[in-house]
Amino acid sequence: MWEQIRANQRKSFWLIVLMGLILLSIGYFAAEAFQPGAGPVGLLIGLIVLLVQLAVYAVAGESVLMAGMGARELTRDESPRLFNIVEEMQLASGLTFMPKIYIVDSDSPNAFAVGRKPETSAVAVTRGLMYRLNRDELQGVIAHEIAHLKNMDTKFMTLAGVMLGSIIILSDMAMRMFFYGGRGRRRSDSRGGDGGGQAQIIFLVVAVLLIVLGPILARVLYFAMSRVREYLADASAAVYTRYPEGLASALLQIAGSGTPMGEVNRAVAPMFIVNPLAADGGSDSMFSTHPPLFDRVQVLRGMGGASFLDYNKSYGAVKKRESIIGTHTLHESKAQAIRQASNEPPLETRAESKAVVHRLFGYTDIHCQCGATLKVPSTYNEATVRCIRCGVANDVPATGATANAPGYDGDTALNLELKPEPVFMDHTRSALNTWESFPCQCGNILQLSPMFSAPMIQCRKCGTQVRVH
Amino acid sequence: MTGGIIALLIIAAILIILALWAVGIFNSLVRLRNEIQNSWAQIDVQLKRRTDLIPNLVETVKGYASHERETLERVIQARNMAVGATNLEERMAGENMLTGALKSLFAVSEAYPDLKANQNFLALQEELTSTENKVAFARQFFNDRVLQYNNQRETFPANIVAGMFNFERKPFFEVIEPEQREAPKVTF
Repeated sequence: MWEQIRANQRKSFWLIVLMGLILLSIGYFAAEAFQPGAGPVGLLIGLIVLLVQLAVYAVAGESVLMAGMGARELTRDESPRLFNIVEEMQLASGLTFMPKIYIVDSDSPNAFAVGRKPETSAVAVTRGLMYRLNRDELQGVIAHEIAHLKNMDTKFMTLAGVMLGSIIILSDMAMRMFFYGGRGRRRSDSRGGDGGGQAQIIFLVVAVLLIVLGPILARVLYFAMSRVREYLADASAAVYTRYPEGLASALLQIAGSGTPMGEVNRAVAPMFIVNPLAADGGSDSMFSTHPPLFDRVQVLRGMGGASFLDYNKSYGAVKKRESIIGTHTLHESKAQAIRQASNEPPLETRAESKAVVHRLFGYTDIHCQCGATLKVPSTYNEATVRCIRCGVANDVPATGATANAPGYDGDTALNLELKPEPVFMDHTRSALNTWESFPCQCGNILQLSPMFSAPMIQCRKCGTQVRVH
Repeated sequence: MTGGIIALLIIAAILIILALWAVGIFNSLVRLRNEIQNSWAQIDVQLKRRTDLIPNLVETVKGYASHERETLERVIQARNMAVGATNLEERMAGENMLTGALKSLFAVSEAYPDLKANQNFLALQEELTSTENKVAFARQFFNDRVLQYNNQRETFPANIVAGMFNFERKPFFEVIEPEQREAPKVTF
């Protein structure tokens, strides 16, 4: 596997060099076409764009990224089983460090890994993943993410993302220059007509081609790199767990959940186990970060054993392509039997997974007078919150008091303070079994259906309890 | 005269290339050997952890399933055998026996609903199951590396370097199959 990683590194290195060449040649040719002799300045601009992007990448560490994703670090006490699964996969992969574990408060099942250095490496899972997948499936997902760390994909994909970003910015700059700042070009045009004019036209054609095609080519390279790495991480996951079916069934569950992930930073999209930006599990195009999900499942399910040899064979059968895994790794690979399923249920129930998230994110419980419990995130800034069931506005206690104290026992005291004296009013029904509308004392119109048979109704607007006779 | 110098230079170049190549092989063998040592340490940590968890488990189970004496005793006996082992073979036999004994203990515990509801027991069961998995995964990695190391050590041309610097063949960490594990004959 070491050779595989090294081969990956080499390939990625050359891809990044290639992307760098695209970047610099856009700078050079665009400047030269704009103003003859300005090529070196263009090169310099290209370099500056790249350096600025690299500086941003160096400063904005994983913690910033995680905060942007709304992820919180999980403690061992909160989910010992998830910690155990990550530790198991760390041992299976021979990863020399233990990544941090984060949880994302999203019902959409997904997972991703980040980390340029061992110390900042982390694996993140969403809440939706925690209760949907059983232990074998979760193990497969974690193994896939650990494989991304082990193969150093996190490092290279972030770097490649930076290169891609720089190319897009530079070609955008060049395009604007041609459209809006056409003065320089016209001057050179008017001066043309001799031998220099012909060279100028060639420069112009090359520059336009580069500006248009450069970003596209860079994207194609970037996504091709990403897709190959997904297959390799799948293969590694199958080998680490010795149980390809775990990952296969997890992938299907993730695709089948139909819950979108919401806002996701494009830079981290390739690090997710299933593309969070594609709703349908992804089609096979030059511009997808992930291979089509059903191909991945098919390859995993077609494995006759749990070795790289089996994965490669199954890949060849499904994709009708030669090989995905390096010959050296295949040479070293030994036949491995697939292990038995463990049949262990999901780690958490849906309610438990929510409770974990609520504890980690410092949610405040507010008990409404109607009996509903409102969970208010610590980022909520309003003074009051409207109950989703009865519509009464409840005061939100100052954040910090409850969020910081885990054993906060002020719930009952809070309740007494919050609960206003209920206001009552009486209403006598004019006729039974018909629709009836009447104004509450606050002016809000209440409507009773023919089926209404309760002794009381609450006004949604002011919270008045209306006794119905 | 110049012909002699050129010949010397060629010979020197060949020697340097050979030396660099040997250094490369040597380093790769050393890296593999270190990885093997490190992963063996990982296995050791997990096995140690398992034996540490056993007394706690036995205490918890005793309160609920006291008439499963035989199973409990087997667990304790296997643990003591693993802890008191003086050589690797004895240790492995003890650890393998402990794996089997724990399996039957958890199978037996299915019959005790009160025990299954005990939080302490559940936490211990999770820890022990996971430790068991960790041993298996660390062993898997260990054996992969040993295979790679042994292959490299024996194939030409690395075997010349391996022979020169005394890279010894490493044994695999085998696990006795369940059928054999159940056999009462454990004599050392």
